Amino acid sequence: MSVVSEVSLDGKKLTITVKGRFDFGSHQAFRDAYERFYKVPEVYVVDLKDTTYMDSSALGMLLLLRDHAGGDNAEVQVINSNSDVRKILAISNFDKLFDLS
Amino acid sequence: MSSLAPVLEPLTILIAEDSAADLLLLSTIIRRQGHQVLTATNGAQAVELFTRERPQLVLMDALMPVMDGFEAARRIKQLAGEALVPIIFLTSLRESEALAQCLDAGGDDFLPKPYNQLILAAKINAMDRLRRLQATVLQQRDQIARHHDYLLHEQRAAKAVFDKVAHSGCINAAPNIRYLQSPYALFNGDLLLAAYTPSGDMHVLLGDFTGHGLPAAVGAMPLAEVFYGMTAKGYGLAQTLREMNAKLKRILPVDMFCCATLLCLSAQRRVVEVWNGGMPEGYVHEVATGKRTPLVSRHLPLGVLSAQAFDDGTEVWPMALGDRVFLLSDGVLDTADANDQLFGAERLQQVFAANREPDRLFEDIERALAAFRGQARDDVSMVEITLQAGQPLRAAEPVYADSGQSCPLDWSVSFEFRAQTLKSYNPLPYLLQLLLEIHGLRGQSGALYSVMAELYSNALEHGVLELDSRLKRDAQGFADYYRQRNERLGQLNSGYVRVHVQVVPTATGGKMTLRIEDRGPGFDVEQVLARPMDVDRLSGRGLSLVRQLSSDVRWSDGGRSVCVEFCWGALA
Repeated sequence: MSVVSEVSLDGKKLTITVKGRFDFGSHQAFRDAYERFYKVPEVYVVDLKDTTYMDSSALGMLLLLRDHAGGDNAEVQVINSNSDVRKILAISNFDKLFDLS
Repeated sequence: MSSLAPVLEPLTILIAEDSAADLLLLSTIIRRQGHQVLTATNGAQAVELFTRERPQLVLMDALMPVMDGFEAARRIKQLAGEALVPIIFLTSLRESEALAQCLDAGGDDFLPKPYNQLILAAKINAMDRLRRLQATVLQQRDQIARHHDYLLHEQRAAKAVFDKVAHSGCINAAPNIRYLQSPYALFNGDLLLAAYTPSGDMHVLLGDFTGHGLPAAVGAMPLAEVFYGMTAKGYGLAQTLREMNAKLKRILPVDMFCCATLLCLSAQRRVVEVWNGGMPEGYVHEVATGKRTPLVSRHLPLGVLSAQAFDDGTEVWPMALGDRVFLLSDGVLDTADANDQLFGAERLQQVFAANREPDRLFEDIERALAAFRGQARDDVSMVEITLQAGQPLRAAEPVYADSGQSCPLDWSVSFEFRAQTLKSYNPLPYLLQLLLEIHGLRGQSGALYSVMAELYSNALEHGVLELDSRLKRDAQGFADYYRQRNERLGQLNSGYVRVHVQVVPTATGGKMTLRIEDRGPGFDVEQVLARPMDVDRLSGRGLSLVRQLSSDVRWSDGGRSVCVEFCWGALA
């Protein structure tokens, strides 16, 4: 598991990439990824292209990020998820809260 | 002396040495290094002194009369038990075999004669460090063991409290429920609840909290309370779900929620009503055809959305007697093999397809999981409920504590529920609570609730919404019926349902008259009542049920008004 975060040049977009298992073990790293930026980006992107597995505590972490980013006004995209991860997001109907393009 | 390593803490050191000159020399050196000294001149004396004084470190001559150093070392190590009492052998022996023997006997180090003061002090300090390390390790081990015991004790206590709440329902008593859950499933966040409504329908909840351990278990308690409280009072799934969601949203941290499937099985109406938020697909199994209808997750889990955004929309499926509903937790599908491959829904479908004996389905699934992984997970929950006729109508719960002296016996009340109210509010639990103020009616609360529920939904669905119950003749029409019901209810902006209650005392007890009116097109009472009751038909059960359960039923105003009576005798 590793979590990498990167801000776009204009500072408006924060991309968080999670590699390997996205579960409770990533909790602190995932929070650090968005909490250590004092500037609030307009868009958050969670890139799951190298995420192999995701459990319900990872869903909880996405909710934390959404809350941090402004709750119902937040713009959080969850992108590049593989089919297993997509299934987990679909069962929980997270498409109602996140942009799962 | 300044060149010697500093002494951390004075120790009590036992010196066993048969040569008086050596003993004197060594004692002097050790005392000068700041330690206390005990002396023995043979092994037996050393063991005896050790037993009495418990020194922290031993300097032991190998060859002594009475009992040699090797034997004394063995005994002292035994007496010391788990604590490390370092033994340094003092020896003029030179052969490696003899030196090895010192360590084999339990010695921790050796010091060749003649003594080098510097080396001696350094060895004593090094051994003291090891001794402290061992003491710390033991202390921490005991602390962990104590914490562990404490945690287990806490879990047992919490589970005992929780079982009182969670199993106050019918999960273990109902003959038509089978379930499989690890005894400590609660601490995996899995929750299974079942209870009867006043009219004998069964509500079942299978939930799965995020996370593990106590945090997952804590949320289960309020959820169970809401489930049992509202089910017993006759609330439907929608209101119960709204209350559970609002409660969890209020008390849980943002990253915690509860995936859940909530069911209402009605043997009377031969239907199952389902809400699934975040749980894997369960199934309605039509036994006659073998068809399995998936109960798909359509919603976010409980505790995520605000009350305004929450969607309580349910789906309704027809069921025949003997049909089964199967629910499972994600522990089943997420069981992973050695290569991190998940068991998944397709393998589950294969187990379904291969299953020959419906009663052995759980065993088949467990076997398949075991074959897949070789080891069972402890967070696998499964439940199967069979639709059975003749669920008894329940007397009201909770039990009332008052004496019956203050029971109201001569009153009447009228309500008119208009469009905005009919859309989202279910007045039945409120009416039931009101009527159960009458003690004589409490024994019949199940029948009373069933009759009220039937008459109210007839007035709403046929009177106000003008739905035709003949639509429900097959499964497709059945789904259409409930789709239309939701659509029309959503668009409703006129119409009403009136409820009049009149209670009068009689010579033998009392009588309650309940009149329900709507402003719909009415129906041909004679003709509908004359229709034969057909067991396979999905409609038309309501009216015959009402006639069975109340003392008198009369329609008037072309079917737009219906009146039922309930009588009771004097209370003993």
